[in-house]
Amino acid sequence: MSAAPPAVLVDDLVVRFGEFEAVGGISFAVAPGEVFGLLGPNGAGKTTTIRVLTTLLEPSEGRALVAGFDVRSDSLAVRASIGYIPQAISVDGALTAYENLDFYGRVTGVPRRERRERIDEAVETMELEDMLDRLARTLSGGMLRRLEIASALLNRPAVLFLDEPTVGLDPNARAMVWERLAALREHAGTTILVTTHLMEEAERQCDRLGVMDQGRLIEQGAPAELIERHRTDSLEDVFRTITGRAIHETEDDEEGRLSDVRAQRRVARRLG
Amino acid sequence: MSAPSAASPAASADRSPQALSMGPLGRVAEGTLAMAQAEMRKLRHDHLDIITRSVQPLLWLFIFGTALSNTRALTLGKLEYRAYLAPGVMAQAAMFIAIFFGLSVIWERDVGQLQRLLATPLSRTSIVLGKAAGACVRALVQALLLLVVLAVFGIGVRWSLTGVLGTLVMLMVGTAAFACMSMLLAAVVKERERFMGIGQLIMMPLFFASSALYPLAIMPAWLRAVARVNPLTYEVQGLRQMLDGVGGRGVLWLDFLVVIGFFAVMLVAATRAYPKAIL
Repeated sequence: MSAAPPAVLVDDLVVRFGEFEAVGGISFAVAPGEVFGLLGPNGAGKTTTIRVLTTLLEPSEGRALVAGFDVRSDSLAVRASIGYIPQAISVDGALTAYENLDFYGRVTGVPRRERRERIDEAVETMELEDMLDRLARTLSGGMLRRLEIASALLNRPAVLFLDEPTVGLDPNARAMVWERLAALREHAGTTILVTTHLMEEAERQCDRLGVMDQGRLIEQGAPAELIERHRTDSLEDVFRTITGRAIHETEDDEEGRLSDVRAQRRVARRLG
Repeated sequence: MSAPSAASPAASADRSPQALSMGPLGRVAEGTLAMAQAEMRKLRHDHLDIITRSVQPLLWLFIFGTALSNTRALTLGKLEYRAYLAPGVMAQAAMFIAIFFGLSVIWERDVGQLQRLLATPLSRTSIVLGKAAGACVRALVQALLLLVVLAVFGIGVRWSLTGVLGTLVMLMVGTAAFACMSMLLAAVVKERERFMGIGQLIMMPLFFASSALYPLAIMPAWLRAVARVNPLTYEVQGLRQMLDGVGGRGVLWLDFLVVIGFFAVMLVAATRAYPKAIL
Protein backbone atom coordinates (compact mmCIF):
# COMPACT_ATOMS: atom_id res chain seq x y z
CA MET A 1 0.00 0.00 0.00
CA SER A 2 1.34 3.43 -0.96
CA ALA A 3 2.33 5.80 1.85
CA ALA A 4 1.09 8.82 -0.09
CA PRO A 5 -1.96 10.46 1.53
CA PRO A 6 -5.20 9.86 -0.35
CA ALA A 7 -6.21 12.35 -3.04
CA VAL A 8 -9.76 12.12 -1.71
CA LEU A 9 -10.78 11.04 1.76
CA VAL A 10 -14.41 10.74 2.80
CA ASP A 11 -15.05 9.87 6.41
CA ASP A 12 -18.55 9.10 7.71
CA LEU A 13 -20.13 11.71 5.43
CA VAL A 14 -23.78 12.55 5.96
CA VAL A 15 -25.87 14.95 3.85
CA ARG A 16 -29.45 15.74 4.82
CA PHE A 17 -32.02 17.88 3.06
CA GLY A 18 -34.48 18.59 5.85
CA GLU A 19 -35.73 15.21 7.03
CA PHE A 20 -34.41 13.40 3.97
CA GLU A 21 -30.99 11.77 4.29
CA ALA A 22 -29.45 11.81 0.80
CA VAL A 23 -26.09 10.44 1.93
CA GLY A 24 -25.95 8.38 5.08
CA GLY A 25 -22.50 8.01 6.61
CA ILE A 26 -20.29 6.93 3.74
CA SER A 27 -16.49 6.47 3.93
CA PHE A 28 -13.94 5.84 1.22
CA ALA A 29 -10.50 6.94 0.06
CA VAL A 30 -9.11 7.48 -3.42
CA ALA A 31 -5.38 7.05 -3.96
CA PRO A 32 -3.43 9.57 -6.08
CA GLY A 33 -3.58 8.65 -9.77
CA GLU A 34 -6.49 6.26 -9.28
CA VAL A 35 -9.72 6.22 -11.30
CA PHE A 36 -12.43 5.71 -8.70
CA GLY A 37 -16.03 5.21 -9.75
CA LEU A 38 -19.14 5.84 -7.71
CA LEU A 39 -21.62 3.40 -9.16
CA GLY A 40 -25.32 3.32 -8.45
CA PRO A 41 -28.78 4.08 -9.77
CA ASN A 42 -30.27 7.58 -9.99
CA GLY A 43 -31.02 8.85 -6.51
CA ALA A 44 -28.31 6.72 -4.88
CA GLY A 45 -26.47 9.82 -3.60
CA LYS A 46 -23.58 9.88 -6.11
CA THR A 47 -24.17 13.43 -7.34
CA THR A 48 -24.77 14.67 -3.79
CA THR A 49 -21.44 13.16 -2.75
CA ILE A 50 -19.63 14.76 -5.68
CA ARG A 51 -21.27 18.09 -4.86
CA VAL A 52 -19.89 17.91 -1.34
CA LEU A 53 -16.43 17.05 -2.65
CA THR A 54 -16.53 20.00 -5.06
CA THR A 55 -17.76 22.29 -2.23
CA LEU A 56 -21.14 22.99 -3.86
CA LEU A 57 -22.88 21.48 -0.83
CA GLU A 58 -21.91 21.51 2.84
CA PRO A 59 -21.92 18.15 4.56
CA SER A 60 -24.33 17.77 7.48
CA GLU A 61 -21.90 15.52 9.35
CA GLY A 62 -18.55 13.82 8.84
CA ARG A 63 -15.63 15.19 6.90
CA ALA A 64 -14.10 15.10 3.48
CA LEU A 65 -10.62 16.04 2.29
CA VAL A 66 -9.71 16.70 -1.32
CA ALA A 67 -6.04 17.09 -2.24
CA GLY A 68 -5.42 17.35 1.49
CA PHE A 69 -7.80 20.27 2.00
CA ASP A 70 -10.96 20.11 4.08
CA VAL A 71 -14.08 20.82 2.00
CA ARG A 72 -15.67 22.69 4.88
CA SER A 73 -12.84 24.75 6.35
CA ASP A 74 -10.63 25.14 3.28
CA SER A 75 -13.15 25.16 0.46
CA LEU A 76 -11.33 27.79 -1.60
CA ALA A 77 -8.15 25.67 -1.68
CA VAL A 78 -10.26 22.64 -2.67
CA ARG A 79 -11.83 24.57 -5.58
CA ALA A 80 -8.40 25.75 -6.67
CA SER A 81 -7.14 22.14 -6.70
CA ILE A 82 -9.87 20.41 -8.66
CA GLY A 83 -11.54 20.19 -12.05
CA TYR A 84 -15.27 19.52 -12.11
CA ILE A 85 -17.60 18.58 -14.91
CA PRO A 86 -21.26 18.35 -13.96
CA GLN A 87 -23.68 16.01 -15.68
CA ALA A 88 -25.30 18.80 -17.68
CA ILE A 89 -23.20 20.39 -20.41
CA SER A 90 -21.45 23.35 -18.87
CA VAL A 91 -19.53 25.04 -21.69
CA ASP A 92 -21.07 28.17 -23.18
CA GLY A 93 -22.63 27.44 -26.56
CA ALA A 94 -22.44 31.09 -27.60
CA LEU A 95 -18.63 31.13 -27.34
CA THR A 96 -16.12 29.31 -29.54
CA ALA A 97 -14.24 26.30 -28.18
CA TYR A 98 -11.12 28.45 -27.77
CA GLU A 99 -13.02 31.23 -26.00
CA ASN A 100 -14.49 28.69 -23.59
CA LEU A 101 -11.00 27.42 -22.80
CA ASP A 102 -9.68 30.95 -22.33
CA PHE A 103 -12.62 31.79 -20.05
CA TYR A 104 -12.11 28.75 -17.81
CA GLY A 105 -8.37 29.41 -17.78
CA ARG A 106 -9.05 32.88 -16.40
CA VAL A 107 -11.66 31.92 -13.82
CA THR A 108 -9.61 29.00 -12.51
CA GLY A 109 -6.67 31.31 -11.87
CA VAL A 110 -4.23 30.18 -14.58
CA PRO A 111 -1.60 32.95 -14.82
CA ARG A 112 -1.83 34.95 -18.03
CA ARG A 113 1.73 34.09 -19.14
CA GLU A 114 1.01 30.35 -18.89
CA ARG A 115 -2.53 30.34 -20.23
CA ARG A 116 -1.74 29.86 -23.91
CA GLU A 117 0.60 26.97 -23.18
CA ARG A 118 -1.90 25.27 -20.88
CA ILE A 119 -4.65 25.64 -23.46
CA ASP A 120 -2.39 24.10 -26.12
CA GLU A 121 -1.62 21.20 -23.79
CA ALA A 122 -5.29 20.56 -22.99
CA VAL A 123 -6.25 20.85 -26.67
CA GLU A 124 -3.63 18.30 -27.59
CA THR A 125 -4.64 15.89 -24.81
CA MET A 126 -8.32 16.05 -25.82
CA GLU A 127 -7.63 16.24 -29.57
CA LEU A 128 -9.58 19.44 -30.14
CA GLU A 129 -7.26 21.12 -32.67
CA ASP A 130 -9.77 21.22 -35.52
CA MET A 131 -12.66 22.73 -33.64
CA LEU A 132 -11.16 25.65 -31.73
CA ASP A 133 -12.83 28.34 -33.86
CA ARG A 134 -16.24 26.73 -33.90
CA LEU A 135 -19.04 27.97 -31.65
CA ALA A 136 -19.55 25.35 -28.94
CA ARG A 137 -23.24 25.02 -29.84
CA THR A 138 -22.21 23.59 -33.22
CA LEU A 139 -20.10 20.77 -31.71
CA SER A 140 -21.30 17.19 -31.34
CA GLY A 141 -21.96 15.66 -27.91
CA GLY A 142 -18.62 13.84 -27.78
CA MET A 143 -16.70 16.95 -28.83
CA LEU A 144 -18.52 18.99 -26.16
CA ARG A 145 -17.55 16.53 -23.47
CA ARG A 146 -13.93 16.58 -24.60
CA LEU A 147 -14.01 20.38 -24.65
CA GLU A 148 -15.39 20.38 -21.11
CA ILE A 149 -12.70 18.00 -19.91
CA ALA A 150 -10.04 20.14 -21.60
CA SER A 151 -11.42 23.23 -19.87
CA ALA A 152 -11.24 21.41 -16.52
CA LEU A 153 -7.58 20.51 -17.02
CA LEU A 154 -6.23 24.04 -17.43
CA ASN A 155 -5.46 24.53 -13.74
CA ARG A 156 -3.74 21.11 -13.69
CA PRO A 157 -6.16 19.71 -11.12
CA ALA A 158 -5.02 17.26 -8.48
CA VAL A 159 -8.43 15.61 -8.74
CA LEU A 160 -10.84 15.63 -11.66
CA PHE A 161 -14.52 15.06 -10.82
CA LEU A 162 -16.77 13.84 -13.60
CA ASP A 163 -20.48 13.44 -12.97
CA GLU A 164 -21.90 10.92 -15.46
CA PRO A 165 -19.52 12.10 -18.21
CA THR A 166 -20.86 9.82 -20.92
CA VAL A 167 -24.58 10.16 -20.32
CA GLY A 168 -26.37 10.93 -23.59
CA LEU A 169 -23.40 9.98 -25.78
CA ASP A 170 -23.38 7.35 -28.50
CA PRO A 171 -20.98 4.40 -28.05
CA ASN A 172 -18.29 5.89 -30.33
CA ALA A 173 -18.27 9.23 -28.54
CA ARG A 174 -18.27 7.39 -25.21
CA ALA A 175 -15.23 5.34 -26.23
CA MET A 176 -13.45 8.49 -27.41
CA VAL A 177 -14.05 10.27 -24.10
CA TRP A 178 -12.65 7.31 -22.14
CA GLU A 179 -9.71 6.98 -24.48
CA ARG A 180 -8.81 10.63 -23.87
CA LEU A 181 -9.25 10.23 -20.10
CA ALA A 182 -6.90 7.24 -20.18
CA ALA A 183 -4.35 9.35 -22.09
CA LEU A 184 -4.70 12.11 -19.51
CA ARG A 185 -4.12 9.69 -16.69
CA GLU A 186 -1.08 8.25 -18.37
CA HIS A 187 0.32 11.65 -19.24
CA ALA A 188 -0.40 13.59 -16.04
CA GLY A 189 -1.31 10.98 -13.43
CA THR A 190 -4.48 12.88 -12.61
CA THR A 191 -6.75 11.32 -10.00
CA ILE A 192 -10.24 10.87 -11.41
CA LEU A 193 -13.45 10.43 -9.46
CA VAL A 194 -16.33 9.58 -11.74
CA THR A 195 -19.98 8.81 -11.11
CA THR A 196 -21.79 6.45 -13.42
CA HIS A 197 -24.75 4.14 -13.54
CA LEU A 198 -23.35 2.21 -16.52
CA MET A 199 -22.04 -1.13 -15.26
CA GLU A 200 -19.95 -1.97 -18.29
CA GLU A 201 -18.21 1.40 -18.21
CA ALA A 202 -17.54 1.11 -14.48
CA GLU A 203 -16.09 -2.36 -14.88
CA ARG A 204 -13.78 -1.46 -17.73
CA GLN A 205 -12.62 2.04 -16.84
CA CYS A 206 -12.35 2.24 -13.06
CA ASP A 207 -9.53 0.91 -10.88
CA ARG A 208 -11.86 0.72 -7.92
CA LEU A 209 -15.55 1.25 -7.35
CA GLY A 210 -17.80 2.38 -4.56
CA VAL A 211 -21.29 0.95 -5.06
CA MET A 212 -24.01 3.27 -3.73
CA ASP A 213 -27.67 2.68 -3.10
CA GLN A 214 -30.17 4.85 -1.23
CA GLY A 215 -27.47 7.07 0.19
CA ARG A 216 -25.32 4.22 1.50
CA LEU A 217 -22.00 2.90 0.24
CA ILE A 218 -22.87 -0.76 0.14
CA GLU A 219 -19.66 -2.17 -1.30
CA GLN A 220 -16.24 -1.06 -2.52
CA GLY A 221 -13.24 -2.60 -4.23
CA ALA A 222 -11.76 -3.33 -7.64
CA PRO A 223 -14.40 -4.47 -10.18
CA ALA A 224 -12.91 -7.97 -10.52
CA GLU A 225 -12.59 -8.25 -6.76
CA LEU A 226 -16.27 -7.37 -6.26
CA ILE A 227 -17.37 -9.92 -8.85
CA GLU A 228 -15.22 -12.58 -7.24
CA ARG A 229 -16.27 -11.68 -3.70
CA HIS A 230 -19.95 -12.11 -4.54
CA ARG A 231 -19.35 -15.06 -6.87
CA THR A 232 -21.24 -13.48 -9.74
CA ASP A 233 -20.56 -12.89 -13.43
CA SER A 234 -21.00 -9.15 -13.56
CA LEU A 235 -21.32 -5.96 -11.54
CA GLU A 236 -25.02 -5.93 -12.37
CA ASP A 237 -25.30 -9.21 -10.48
CA VAL A 238 -23.20 -7.85 -7.63
CA PHE A 239 -25.73 -5.04 -7.22
CA ARG A 240 -28.61 -7.51 -7.45
CA THR A 241 -27.03 -9.82 -4.88
CA ILE A 242 -26.57 -7.03 -2.34
CA THR A 243 -29.83 -5.11 -2.83
CA GLY A 244 -32.14 -7.83 -4.09
CA ARG A 245 -33.04 -5.84 -7.21
CA ALA A 246 -31.51 -4.82 -10.52
CA ILE A 247 -29.97 -1.37 -10.89
CA HIS A 248 -32.31 -0.51 -13.77
CA GLU A 249 -35.43 -1.36 -11.76
CA THR A 250 -34.34 1.33 -9.34
CA GLU A 251 -33.86 3.76 -12.21
CA ASP A 252 -37.38 3.10 -13.44
CA ASP A 253 -38.66 4.15 -10.02
CA GLU A 254 -36.72 7.38 -10.26
CA GLU A 255 -37.74 8.26 -13.78
CA GLY A 256 -41.15 9.38 -12.61
CA ARG A 257 -39.63 12.50 -11.06
CA LEU A 258 -40.35 15.53 -13.23
CA SER A 259 -37.07 17.25 -12.36
CA ASP A 260 -35.07 14.18 -13.42
CA VAL A 261 -36.93 13.81 -16.67
CA ARG A 262 -36.47 17.49 -17.48
CA ALA A 263 -32.79 17.36 -16.59
CA GLN A 264 -32.21 14.27 -18.73
CA ARG A 265 -34.04 15.81 -21.67
CA ARG A 266 -32.02 19.00 -21.38
CA VAL A 267 -28.76 17.05 -21.43
CA ALA A 268 -29.93 14.92 -24.33
CA ARG A 269 -31.01 18.03 -26.27
CA ARG A 270 -27.67 19.74 -25.67
CA LEU A 271 -25.73 16.68 -26.69
CA GLY A 272 -27.76 16.30 -29.86
CA MET B 1 -18.43 0.18 6.06
CA SER B 2 -15.22 0.96 7.94
CA ALA B 3 -13.74 4.42 7.79
CA PRO B 4 -10.42 4.70 6.01
CA SER B 5 -7.54 5.98 8.06
CA ALA B 6 -7.51 9.74 8.05
CA ALA B 7 -4.52 11.28 6.36
CA SER B 8 -3.15 14.46 7.79
CA PRO B 9 -4.12 17.46 5.70
CA ALA B 10 -0.84 19.07 6.69
CA ALA B 11 0.88 17.20 3.90
CA SER B 12 -0.87 19.32 1.29
CA ALA B 13 -1.85 22.32 3.29
CA ASP B 14 1.72 23.62 3.24
CA ARG B 15 1.41 24.16 -0.53
CA SER B 16 -1.12 26.72 -1.65
CA PRO B 17 -2.69 26.01 -5.04
CA GLN B 18 -1.31 28.18 -7.82
CA ALA B 19 -4.75 29.63 -8.51
CA LEU B 20 -4.61 31.35 -5.12
CA SER B 21 -1.32 33.12 -5.77
CA MET B 22 -3.34 36.22 -6.73
CA GLY B 23 -4.86 38.18 -3.82
CA PRO B 24 -8.63 38.13 -3.14
CA LEU B 25 -9.22 41.52 -4.79
CA GLY B 26 -7.16 40.51 -7.80
CA ARG B 27 -9.25 37.35 -8.15
CA VAL B 28 -12.50 39.33 -7.93
CA ALA B 29 -11.25 41.73 -10.61
CA GLU B 30 -9.95 38.94 -12.86
CA GLY B 31 -13.17 36.93 -12.55
CA THR B 32 -15.38 39.96 -13.19
CA LEU B 33 -13.35 41.00 -16.22
CA ALA B 34 -13.34 37.44 -17.59
CA MET B 35 -17.12 37.29 -17.39
CA ALA B 36 -17.53 40.74 -18.96
CA GLN B 37 -15.16 39.75 -21.76
CA ALA B 38 -17.11 36.55 -22.38
CA GLU B 39 -20.26 38.65 -22.74
CA MET B 40 -18.55 40.95 -25.26
CA ARG B 41 -17.40 37.93 -27.23
CA LYS B 42 -20.95 36.57 -27.30
CA LEU B 43 -22.20 39.91 -28.64
CA ARG B 44 -19.53 39.83 -31.32
CA HIS B 45 -20.84 36.45 -32.47
CA ASP B 46 -24.46 37.60 -32.44
CA HIS B 47 -24.91 41.06 -33.98
CA LEU B 48 -28.58 40.37 -34.49
CA ASP B 49 -29.11 40.34 -30.74
CA ILE B 50 -27.92 43.94 -30.39
CA ILE B 51 -29.98 45.09 -33.36
CA THR B 52 -33.19 43.49 -32.11
CA ARG B 53 -32.63 44.81 -28.60
CA SER B 54 -32.09 48.31 -29.96
CA VAL B 55 -35.43 48.41 -31.72
CA GLN B 56 -37.50 48.77 -28.57
CA PRO B 57 -36.00 52.06 -27.28
CA LEU B 58 -36.17 53.48 -30.79
CA LEU B 59 -39.87 52.62 -30.99
CA TRP B 60 -40.46 54.45 -27.73
CA LEU B 61 -38.44 57.39 -28.93
CA PHE B 62 -39.87 57.77 -32.42
CA ILE B 63 -43.45 56.53 -32.04
CA PHE B 64 -44.41 57.28 -28.46
CA GLY B 65 -42.10 60.32 -28.33
CA THR B 66 -43.37 61.82 -31.58
CA ALA B 67 -47.01 61.18 -30.71
CA LEU B 68 -46.73 62.81 -27.29
CA SER B 69 -44.71 65.72 -28.72
CA ASN B 70 -47.59 66.50 -31.05
CA THR B 71 -50.15 66.62 -28.25
CA ARG B 72 -48.06 69.32 -26.50
CA ALA B 73 -49.56 68.01 -23.26
CA LEU B 74 -46.34 68.43 -21.31
CA THR B 75 -44.73 71.75 -20.52
CA LEU B 76 -41.01 71.29 -20.92
CA GLY B 77 -39.88 74.80 -21.83
CA LYS B 78 -37.66 74.81 -24.88
CA LEU B 79 -36.81 71.15 -24.49
CA GLU B 80 -38.17 68.86 -27.18
CA TYR B 81 -40.15 65.92 -25.73
CA ARG B 82 -38.01 63.34 -27.54
CA ALA B 83 -34.89 64.82 -25.94
CA TYR B 84 -36.70 64.66 -22.59
CA LEU B 85 -37.72 61.07 -23.26
CA ALA B 86 -34.30 59.80 -24.47
CA PRO B 87 -32.72 59.34 -20.99
CA GLY B 88 -35.91 57.61 -19.86
CA VAL B 89 -35.93 55.06 -22.66
CA MET B 90 -32.17 54.58 -22.32
CA ALA B 91 -32.60 53.67 -18.63
CA GLN B 92 -35.70 51.59 -19.34
CA ALA B 93 -34.01 49.56 -22.08
CA ALA B 94 -31.00 48.93 -19.81
CA MET B 95 -33.32 47.90 -16.99
CA PHE B 96 -35.10 45.44 -19.32
CA ILE B 97 -31.74 43.86 -20.18
CA ALA B 98 -30.72 43.73 -16.54
CA ILE B 99 -33.96 42.30 -15.19
CA PHE B 100 -34.24 39.60 -17.83
CA PHE B 101 -30.60 38.67 -17.18
CA GLY B 102 -32.05 36.61 -14.33
CA LEU B 103 -33.55 34.34 -16.97
CA SER B 104 -30.15 33.61 -18.41
CA VAL B 105 -28.73 32.78 -15.00
CA ILE B 106 -31.57 30.31 -14.42
CA TRP B 107 -30.73 28.81 -17.81
CA GLU B 108 -27.06 28.62 -16.82
CA ARG B 109 -28.08 26.75 -13.71
CA ASP B 110 -30.15 24.36 -15.82
CA VAL B 111 -27.33 23.60 -18.24
CA GLY B 112 -24.62 23.19 -15.61
CA GLN B 113 -22.60 26.38 -16.18
CA LEU B 114 -23.39 27.74 -12.75
CA GLN B 115 -22.27 24.54 -11.00
CA ARG B 116 -18.99 24.73 -12.92
CA LEU B 117 -18.42 28.35 -11.91
CA LEU B 118 -19.21 27.60 -8.28
CA ALA B 119 -16.60 24.85 -8.25
CA THR B 120 -13.86 27.27 -9.38
CA PRO B 121 -11.92 29.59 -7.06
CA LEU B 122 -14.15 32.50 -8.14
CA SER B 123 -15.79 34.18 -5.15
CA ARG B 124 -19.56 34.62 -5.04
CA THR B 125 -19.06 38.38 -5.24
CA SER B 126 -17.04 37.85 -8.36
CA ILE B 127 -19.74 35.70 -9.94
CA VAL B 128 -22.45 38.26 -9.14
CA LEU B 129 -20.29 41.19 -10.27
CA GLY B 130 -19.28 39.28 -13.40
CA LYS B 131 -22.91 38.61 -14.31
CA ALA B 132 -23.76 42.27 -13.61
CA ALA B 133 -20.81 43.33 -15.78
CA GLY B 134 -22.23 41.14 -18.55
CA ALA B 135 -25.56 43.02 -18.37
CA CYS B 136 -23.63 46.32 -18.33
CA VAL B 137 -21.77 45.40 -21.53
CA ARG B 138 -25.06 44.80 -23.34
CA ALA B 139 -26.64 47.97 -21.91
CA LEU B 140 -23.58 49.99 -22.85
CA VAL B 141 -23.64 48.88 -26.47
CA GLN B 142 -27.36 49.62 -26.67
CA ALA B 143 -26.89 53.08 -25.09
CA LEU B 144 -24.09 53.95 -27.51
CA LEU B 145 -26.32 53.04 -30.43
CA LEU B 146 -29.10 55.21 -29.00
CA LEU B 147 -26.70 58.14 -28.61
CA VAL B 148 -25.65 57.73 -32.25
CA VAL B 149 -29.32 57.81 -33.31
CA LEU B 150 -29.91 60.95 -31.21
CA ALA B 151 -26.95 62.63 -32.92
CA VAL B 152 -27.91 61.51 -36.43
CA PHE B 153 -31.53 62.69 -36.08
CA GLY B 154 -30.51 65.94 -34.41
CA ILE B 155 -32.62 65.32 -31.34
CA GLY B 156 -31.78 68.25 -29.11
CA VAL B 157 -29.83 66.83 -26.21
CA ARG B 158 -27.00 68.83 -24.67
CA TRP B 159 -23.81 67.29 -25.98
CA SER B 160 -20.71 67.42 -23.81
CA LEU B 161 -17.96 64.91 -23.17
CA THR B 162 -18.48 64.92 -19.40
CA GLY B 163 -22.25 64.68 -19.87
CA VAL B 164 -21.94 61.62 -22.11
CA LEU B 165 -19.34 59.94 -19.91
CA GLY B 166 -21.38 60.67 -16.79
CA THR B 167 -24.46 59.28 -18.53
CA LEU B 168 -22.68 56.04 -19.34
CA VAL B 169 -21.32 55.71 -15.79
CA MET B 170 -24.77 56.29 -14.28
CA LEU B 171 -26.28 53.81 -16.71
CA MET B 172 -23.67 51.17 -15.81
CA VAL B 173 -24.27 51.53 -12.08
CA GLY B 174 -28.05 51.43 -12.53
CA THR B 175 -27.86 48.41 -14.85
CA ALA B 176 -25.55 46.56 -12.45
CA ALA B 177 -27.99 47.28 -9.61
CA PHE B 178 -31.01 45.97 -11.52
CA ALA B 179 -28.99 42.95 -12.69
CA CYS B 180 -28.20 42.14 -9.05
CA MET B 181 -31.89 42.56 -8.24
CA SER B 182 -32.66 40.15 -11.05
CA MET B 183 -30.21 37.56 -9.66
CA LEU B 184 -31.84 37.94 -6.26
CA LEU B 185 -35.19 37.31 -7.92
CA ALA B 186 -33.77 34.28 -9.76
CA ALA B 187 -32.55 32.89 -6.43
CA VAL B 188 -36.08 33.15 -5.04
CA VAL B 189 -38.10 32.12 -8.09
CA LYS B 190 -35.74 29.44 -9.53
CA GLU B 191 -37.93 28.56 -12.53
CA ARG B 192 -37.85 30.32 -15.88
CA GLU B 193 -41.58 30.33 -16.50
CA ARG B 194 -42.36 31.85 -13.12
CA PHE B 195 -39.50 34.32 -13.46
CA MET B 196 -41.00 35.70 -16.70
CA GLY B 197 -44.27 36.57 -14.98
CA ILE B 198 -42.73 38.03 -11.86
CA GLY B 199 -40.13 39.91 -13.90
CA GLN B 200 -42.91 41.66 -15.85
CA LEU B 201 -44.80 42.30 -12.64
CA ILE B 202 -41.83 44.13 -11.18
CA MET B 203 -40.56 45.84 -14.30
CA MET B 204 -43.68 47.56 -15.56
CA PRO B 205 -44.54 49.34 -12.27
CA LEU B 206 -40.89 50.36 -11.90
CA PHE B 207 -41.02 51.88 -15.37
CA PHE B 208 -44.39 53.64 -15.22
CA ALA B 209 -43.98 54.81 -11.62
CA SER B 210 -40.80 56.70 -12.47
CA SER B 211 -39.85 59.87 -14.26
CA ALA B 212 -38.90 57.93 -17.42
CA LEU B 213 -41.88 59.10 -19.49
CA TYR B 214 -43.20 62.19 -17.72
CA PRO B 215 -42.22 64.57 -14.94
CA LEU B 216 -43.08 63.72 -11.35
CA ALA B 217 -44.99 66.99 -11.16
CA ILE B 218 -47.88 65.72 -13.29
CA MET B 219 -48.36 62.58 -11.20
CA PRO B 220 -51.04 62.27 -8.53
CA ALA B 221 -49.63 62.51 -5.01
CA TRP B 222 -49.75 58.77 -4.29
CA LEU B 223 -47.92 57.91 -7.52
CA ARG B 224 -45.36 60.64 -6.87
CA ALA B 225 -44.71 59.09 -3.45
CA VAL B 226 -44.10 55.71 -5.11
CA ALA B 227 -41.85 57.29 -7.76
CA ARG B 228 -39.76 58.95 -5.05
CA VAL B 229 -38.76 55.57 -3.61
CA ASN B 230 -38.18 54.07 -7.05
CA PRO B 231 -34.45 53.91 -7.87
CA LEU B 232 -35.21 54.16 -11.58
CA THR B 233 -36.53 57.70 -10.98
CA TYR B 234 -33.15 58.78 -9.63
CA GLU B 235 -31.27 57.05 -12.44
CA VAL B 236 -33.43 58.81 -15.06
CA GLN B 237 -33.16 62.16 -13.27
CA GLY B 238 -29.39 61.82 -13.24
CA LEU B 239 -29.25 60.88 -16.91
CA ARG B 240 -31.58 63.74 -17.80
CA GLN B 241 -29.50 66.18 -15.82
CA MET B 242 -26.37 65.12 -17.73
CA LEU B 243 -27.92 64.77 -21.20
CA ASP B 244 -30.59 67.51 -21.18
CA GLY B 245 -29.40 69.84 -18.43
CA VAL B 246 -32.71 69.41 -16.58
CA GLY B 247 -33.56 67.00 -13.81
CA GLY B 248 -36.09 66.34 -11.10
CA ARG B 249 -34.57 68.44 -8.39
CA GLY B 250 -31.36 69.24 -10.18
CA VAL B 251 -29.23 67.59 -7.49
CA LEU B 252 -27.00 65.26 -9.45
CA TRP B 253 -24.97 64.00 -6.49
CA LEU B 254 -28.16 62.84 -4.78
CA ASP B 255 -29.17 60.87 -7.88
CA PHE B 256 -25.75 59.21 -8.00
CA LEU B 257 -25.85 58.53 -4.27
CA VAL B 258 -29.25 56.81 -4.46
CA VAL B 259 -28.28 54.68 -7.49
CA ILE B 260 -24.91 53.69 -6.00
CA GLY B 261 -26.61 52.92 -2.65
CA PHE B 262 -29.21 50.78 -4.44
CA PHE B 263 -26.42 48.95 -6.25
CA ALA B 264 -24.51 48.31 -3.01
CA VAL B 265 -27.59 46.91 -1.26
CA MET B 266 -28.53 44.71 -4.23
CA LEU B 267 -24.93 43.48 -4.61
CA VAL B 268 -24.75 42.40 -0.97
CA ALA B 269 -28.20 40.79 -1.09
CA ALA B 270 -27.52 38.99 -4.37
CA THR B 271 -24.12 37.78 -3.18
CA ARG B 272 -25.79 36.28 -0.10
CA ALA B 273 -28.75 34.72 -1.90
CA TYR B 274 -27.37 33.92 -5.31
CA PRO B 275 -25.87 31.72 -6.67
CA LYS B 276 -26.02 28.84 -4.18
CA ALA B 277 -29.72 29.33 -3.51
CA ILE B 278 -30.47 28.69 -7.15
CA LEU B 279 -28.84 25.24 -7.25
